[in-house]
This record gives sequence, structure tokens and C-alpha cells, in this order.
Amino acid sequence: MARSHSTDYVIPKPPLPGRILASVPVSITIYLLVIGFIAYTAYDGSKAMGYNWQWYRMPQYLWTMTDEGFQWGEIALGLVKTLQLSLLAFVLALALGLIVALLRLSGLLVGTAVARVFLEVVRNTPLLVLLYLFYYVLGPIFDLDRYTASILCLGVYHAALISEIFRAAINSVAPGQWEGASSIGMSKAQAYRYIVLPQSVRFMLPPMTGEMVNMVKSSAIVSVIAVAELTTMGRNIISDTYMSFEVWFTIAAVYLLVTLTLSFGVSLVERHYALK
Amino acid sequence: MTGGNPIIQAEALDKYYGSFQALDNINMSVHSGERVVICGPSGSGKSTLIRCFNALEHHSAGKLIVDGIEVFEGSKEIRRLRQEVGMVFQQFNLFPHLTVLENLTIGPIRVRKVPKAEAEANAHRYLERVHIPEQADKYPSQLSGGQQQRVAIARSLCMESRIMLFDEPTSALDPEMINEVLDVMVGLADTGMTMVCVTHEMGFARKVADTMIFMDGGQIIETAPPEKFFTQPESERCKAFLEQILEH
Ligand SMILES: Nc1ncnc2c1ncn2[C@@H]1O[C@H](COP(=O)(O)OP(=O)(O)OP(=O)(O)O)[C@@H](O)[C@H]1O
Ligand SMILES: [Mg+2]
Repeated sequence: MARSHSTDYVIPKPPLPGRILASVPVSITIYLLVIGFIAYTAYDGSKAMGYNWQWYRMPQYLWTMTDEGFQWGEIALGLVKTLQLSLLAFVLALALGLIVALLRLSGLLVGTAVARVFLEVVRNTPLLVLLYLFYYVLGPIFDLDRYTASILCLGVYHAALISEIFRAAINSVAPGQWEGASSIGMSKAQAYRYIVLPQSVRFMLPPMTGEMVNMVKSSAIVSVIAVAELTTMGRNIISDTYMSFEVWFTIAAVYLLVTLTLSFGVSLVERHYALK
Repeated sequence: MTGGNPIIQAEALDKYYGSFQALDNINMSVHSGERVVICGPSGSGKSTLIRCFNALEHHSAGKLIVDGIEVFEGSKEIRRLRQEVGMVFQQFNLFPHLTVLENLTIGPIRVRKVPKAEAEANAHRYLERVHIPEQADKYPSQLSGGQQQRVAIARSLCMESRIMLFDEPTSALDPEMINEVLDVMVGLADTGMTMVCVTHEMGFARKVADTMIFMDGGQIIETAPPEKFFTQPESERCKAFLEQILEH
């Protein structure tokens, strides 16, 4: 009965319109359907084409066991690079995203304006164009190698999306929490750090998972500037072997494995932050 | 009422929300140790007024001095002021992600820089005083409304505030929990705490108030000691209001 009065919690509104499409079960289903369809038509078509399946040649690109011992294959090395790249870019995106969100919420005219310009520019530039800007324009100016340029580009691109997640999550915390914090003399920074941000984690975890998955997927685009990550490795193997079907199926499966593992990991964390 | 300088002094306060005037020429003072109860119909500006006292709202015109600090928007002293002026809200506003003990100690530790052990000892002492020493390690959502409000009172006490503001502290509570909170407030009044309470609990008001204030339409309509306030209010509006709420 006392529960009816506890208004400390506000039911979170879905922070992003794409929430439902990005939810884990839905995305897995869509992924499987699409893959299944492609696999079937590919198999069917390949038979008609007389494609020569050579699956037995694939394992060596994952790992090899030779006399010199165990060795990771090219796909595995590409995967490590993809993970490294995504992780660094994600950390950058988190930091930048939080700053942009706080600027937008600051109520300062300049802060809000800077944040809005950043958001509009990033959101209205195709990722591929952004990558070219970072690599071919900023790269020579600031002496960036292709790996650094990729991390910066992905970080900046996802910071825009992540800042909206932060903003929505911070706004989902009940306004009374600010007042409670102020009433015991906390500064705005203290209120953020000790009261509001810890409570907003609960609201941002689900969409943040989606962003992590998106990051891993969009990192594939840096293969166009030949960063040696998963997709680039795939292209290299194909140019040596012409096994395009086997290679792309394998690469897709590896991405799927990574994103599913991520989603599962985050769902464990989510449980930790569930209502006490 | 004691002599000397008032601890809260408001002169000709006005407050506008856009073009809507929520406070209209408020003049009042509260002395150290005085207990003031404010009542009045919904929308009369009671919350707005006491929220000005700890700068949760800023008045638009007039002069306000609280505990020797002049209150105005952008003042550097506001955080110091809020440490001296505790506030208890209708909706408790406890921090749901922290345990009761952490709710009580986070202010002293982070704001007042009290060592953790000392803050916790204090917290236990104040939980004792609001009669829930055994709930220290629970989360707010595991407590009843009355218990949550008592934790909120203890949270303000832990800041060692010199003035306590209450904004309808019992009106979100189920009837059977109102008295446990009022009892704590009466106990607090007995310690000589300066209190400004917005409440419609007239039994409580009769018991503890030194001064009753009736507000309507953003103005203070009547200020009187309780004996006079309840028996022979001067204004018609106040009379009508009292008749209405004392009926229940
Ligand atoms: N943030 C705000 N913006 C605009 N108007 C407001 C705001 N806060 C309060 N008001 C208006 O100011 C007037 C006084 O509000 P206030 O909350 O102080 O009344 P109250 O006496 O506390 O009423 P209640 O008994 O319902 O709590 C009301 O008409 C209210 O609608
Ligand atoms: Mg009110």
C-alpha cells in the first residue's frame, strides 16, 4: 500500500524510436531470417552456377596447428583488430557523448549551441564521407595513421547517437532527485555524480547495448581505407582464393557471434542495475 | 518568540512564473527556535514561499535574508545556505539507489566533508531519533511511506541544519502513517529546532506552532498565534478555510 506513493521512479520512455527494432530478440530473428534467406538462395544459385564449394580450406584462416605450434589465422587476427578498434572508438564515443549531453543539458547558451551544431553536422554526414574526411583531410593535417583516423571517425560518429542516449536517460531521472540533492547542499556536479548519473544507468543500458552492437558492425566500413580488421581480412582472403561465398558466410557468422555475446553480457549487467 | 535578529526575514517578496504572480508582497520573519505553520488553499503559494527559503526557487523582487545570508539568484552562498536549511518534501525525494544509511551519510560525507565513521555514527543516532534504527541497510523502496518520510527527516537532521522546512510532509501518506511522522516532528519541535511547516494537520499545528500563517492568492492574509488563529481569525477567507478543513 505504501508502494503507491513511491514516485521516485518514473517509467522510462523508450529513449530512441528504434528501440523495438534494436531489441535483442527482434534483431536476432531478423538476422537469422535474412541469413537463412541468403544462405538458401546462395546455395540454390551456386548449384545453378556450378560454384565449387571449398569449406575444407576455411579453417586455416581461423587458426592453424603446424609443427611450429598453434597460430591464429587471418580472420582471428582481423577479429582482434575489429574488437580493439570498436572498443577504443566506443570509449571515445562514451566520453564525447557524455560531454555533448551535459553541454546540451547545461542550459548555457554557448554549450547548447556547440552541442547542437556537433549533432547536426555528424548526424547529417554519411559515415563513409565522415571516414574519408578523417582519413584524407584531417589525416594529412594532423598526421593521423589509418587506424587512428578510423577510431576517431567511429568515435565521433557514435558520440552523436550516444549523447542522445545519455540525455534521455538523465531526463528520465525524477526531478525530485535534483531537489533532494540540492536540499542537502550538493553542487550540480555532485548531484550528477552521486545521485543522477548512477540512477540513469538503468535507463541507458538497453539502448547502449544496441550502440555497442552497432559500433562493431559499422567498424566494418574502415575496410575501405584498408585497416586490417575483420572485413578487410575477408577481402584479402578472397582475392587470394576466390572463395567469396565461404569467406563472407564465415565473416558474417563471426560478427553475429560477437554481437550476440555482447548483448548477452550486457543483459547480465542490466540485471545488476534492475530496480532494487 | 525570542528577541534578537530573525533567522528568516522576508521583505516585500514577489515571485512570478512567467506572467503569473505566485507570491505577492510577502513580509514575514521567523526567529531562532520559532515554529511557524503555514496553511492555505491549494495554489496559494505555500510551497513557492518555503522553496524560496532554501533557494530552490528564486524570488523575483524583494529582499530575503536566511541565517544571515542574503538569498538571490546566482549567489555563491546558496550551497552554504542549503546546508543550514533542511527541507522535507511531500514526495520524500530519497535516493532510491542508496541504502538508508547511505542516504543519510552522503550529504555529510560529500558536502560537509565529515569522516565516514563519524557520519555513520551520526546517522545511526538520528535513525534512533526517528524510531527506525533497524532499517539502516534497506533501500527506500523496501520501506513504508511513513518510514521513508522519517528517513527523509533524518537525512536533513544529519546535515545538522539549523532550520527545517517541511512541505506537506504527511499529505502523500496513508492515514495510519501520518501520526508516526507527526510524532517525530513534535519531538523535533521539543528540541528547539526552528521549523517552518506547510501542513493542514491542524492538531499538530495547535500542539507545536508559535505562529500560524494563512496564505491565499500568493499573499499572507493572516498571521496570528494559534490560540487566536483558531478561535477568532480576522479575515473571512481564513475563517472559511478553517471551517472547511476542520470539518473533516
Ligand atoms: N514551476 C512553476 N511554473 C509555473 N507555475 C507554477 C510553478 N510552480 C508553481 N506554480 C503556480 O504557482 C502557484 C502556487 O503554487 P504552489 O505550489 O506554491 O502552491 P501551494 O500553495 O503549495 O499549493 P498546494 O497546496 O497545491 O501544494 C500555483 O498556481 C501554481 O500553479
Ligand atoms: Mg505545495
